Amino acid sequence: MTVPLATSFLQHESFIYVLYIVAFSLFIQGLRGLAGPTTAVRGNRIAAVGMAIAVIATLLKPDEGNWGLIALGVALGAAVGVPAARQVRMTAMPQMVALFNGVGGGAVFLISWAEFRRTGGFSGIATYITVFSLFAAIVGSISFWGSNIAFGKLQEIIPGRPITLGAGQQVVNLLLLVLALAGAIDIAAGDHSEGVFIGVLVCAALLGNAVVLPIGGADMPVVISMLNAFTGLSAAATGIALNNPAMIVAGMIVGASGSILTNLMAVAMNRSIPAIVAGGFGGGGAVEGASGAGEHAGTVRSTTAADAAIQLAYANRVVVVPGYGMAVAQAQHAVRELTKELEERGVEVSYAIHPVAGRMPGHMNVLLAEADVPYDQLKEMDDANPEFQRTDVSLVIGANDVTNPAAKNTPSSPIYGMPILEVSDSRSVIVIKRSMNPGFAGIENELYFDPKTTMLFGDAKSAVSEIAAELAQI
Amino acid sequence: MTLASVLTTNLAILVLAGFIGFVVISKVPNTLHTPLMSGTNAIHGIVLLGGLLLIGLSGNDTFDKVILVIAITFGTINIVGGFLVTDRMLEMFKSKPKPKPDEGEDGHGPGSGKS
Repeated sequence: MTVPLATSFLQHESFIYVLYIVAFSLFIQGLRGLAGPTTAVRGNRIAAVGMAIAVIATLLKPDEGNWGLIALGVALGAAVGVPAARQVRMTAMPQMVALFNGVGGGAVFLISWAEFRRTGGFSGIATYITVFSLFAAIVGSISFWGSNIAFGKLQEIIPGRPITLGAGQQVVNLLLLVLALAGAIDIAAGDHSEGVFIGVLVCAALLGNAVVLPIGGADMPVVISMLNAFTGLSAAATGIALNNPAMIVAGMIVGASGSILTNLMAVAMNRSIPAIVAGGFGGGGAVEGASGAGEHAGTVRSTTAADAAIQLAYANRVVVVPGYGMAVAQAQHAVRELTKELEERGVEVSYAIHPVAGRMPGHMNVLLAEADVPYDQLKEMDDANPEFQRTDVSLVIGANDVTNPAAKNTPSSPIYGMPILEVSDSRSVIVIKRSMNPGFAGIENELYFDPKTTMLFGDAKSAVSEIAAELAQI
Repeated sequence: MTLASVLTTNLAILVLAGFIGFVVISKVPNTLHTPLMSGTNAIHGIVLLGGLLLIGLSGNDTFDKVILVIAITFGTINIVGGFLVTDRMLEMFKSKPKPKPDEGEDGHGPGSGKS
């Protein structure tokens, strides 16, 4: 007797709605966790629990049915998704994410299509539902095809270099967009023809291809992030069309956070989003160094204090390479605070002192001693150089020429033959520097163009203090 | 509820969710960009619900059912694959046997006292 009672309670509309509220709260909480390095694993799992609750709530609906087909779809999806996620190599992560994003977009446009057919071409339903369904269909289709192209490029099924139609590209894209919108307006205005709907899907599909094909491989992560935001928005639109709060919230927070994330990624790569979407740049942005940087076409990657802090916190061994910049900024006390913090976390810290670092011999030793740096942590060049190979992060603070690999590798360089600190042997390098201006010797430092190197631009003292502050929060 | 109030309520939810999304991701270290992208990617697997909702309704012909089963398959791949892959990626951040939380200092000479 109690069973039907319990069942009817579980299937009550309000109970299911409450479950949706629980689910989207967990999504938000999980996303908050994902934004921080120590909470990210838990954040992801919290979001996964939220997803499970949302799915269960949906299956509880009294008018749910066709269980065999549901089981078939879920089983197929799990059979594909689980091994793919388990076996993919870490280096292949971006294309895996692209693929998962693509199928999400695919689901969106298929759902919209099914809704169109079920309602006889959106007849007898509110206009706003038609509009949101059409939006979902177009954006979902763009995301599906765009993501598949991104996957193909990263997986090197399709050449990674930009494939364009040349000058006509933008015109073609615009034309496709106008055609898709025209079809959508026609349907919203009352045309129930499925042909028009399929035409809209096809135009959106071609647009997805046309937008992503011209984009070079190096910019792909940003593009995937953008398509991720698109799929989120289309999911939110589907949620409004189907009056489902969990879909609205989950889709929209992905749409919004994905947009921000896309922008952050573009900034970190020194690229603007319009420039990326306009496409045609093969290898990603080459930033000009100081004026007259003729021979270096490499890329300079800038970083943030927060990133530098994470890099340092997770290192086993850090070598600080101080230079004149540290002296000018009077940063030695800030440096000492930072390294103390690192040591408390179990990071092995030492200082590599070049004989001519600063403007006088022993300049650095004096300053660091003033800041109470233990003497045995100060390594002279000959002792320090063999150690770089087992160093995770070299933190170069305002030193330039004494780290320039040109002294070893480039016979034509004016400083060729000068002994240097071989920081480029370490696994990664963070350079704190006020600008890209060349150093004392007035020559480019190819260390800054090394893919292992990231630049943190700013005054040495404030940059180091910022890193220490970020470190305290990890 | 009338249709109009359903729409306005849902729009309110939409706008508030948008603001939450913006606020939560205001500051993320570069290192976490890829896992975060992957995690949000898993969350939009919520589209699975759309497939589940529609397939239960009456009035689907065979072709509709085929489309919806594909949609459910896609949604499941998105969710399961997305969360698993993110979890794997994030485990890499934990794997270092690091944080010796505190007081671990010994023999690093003077000056270890904090002001």
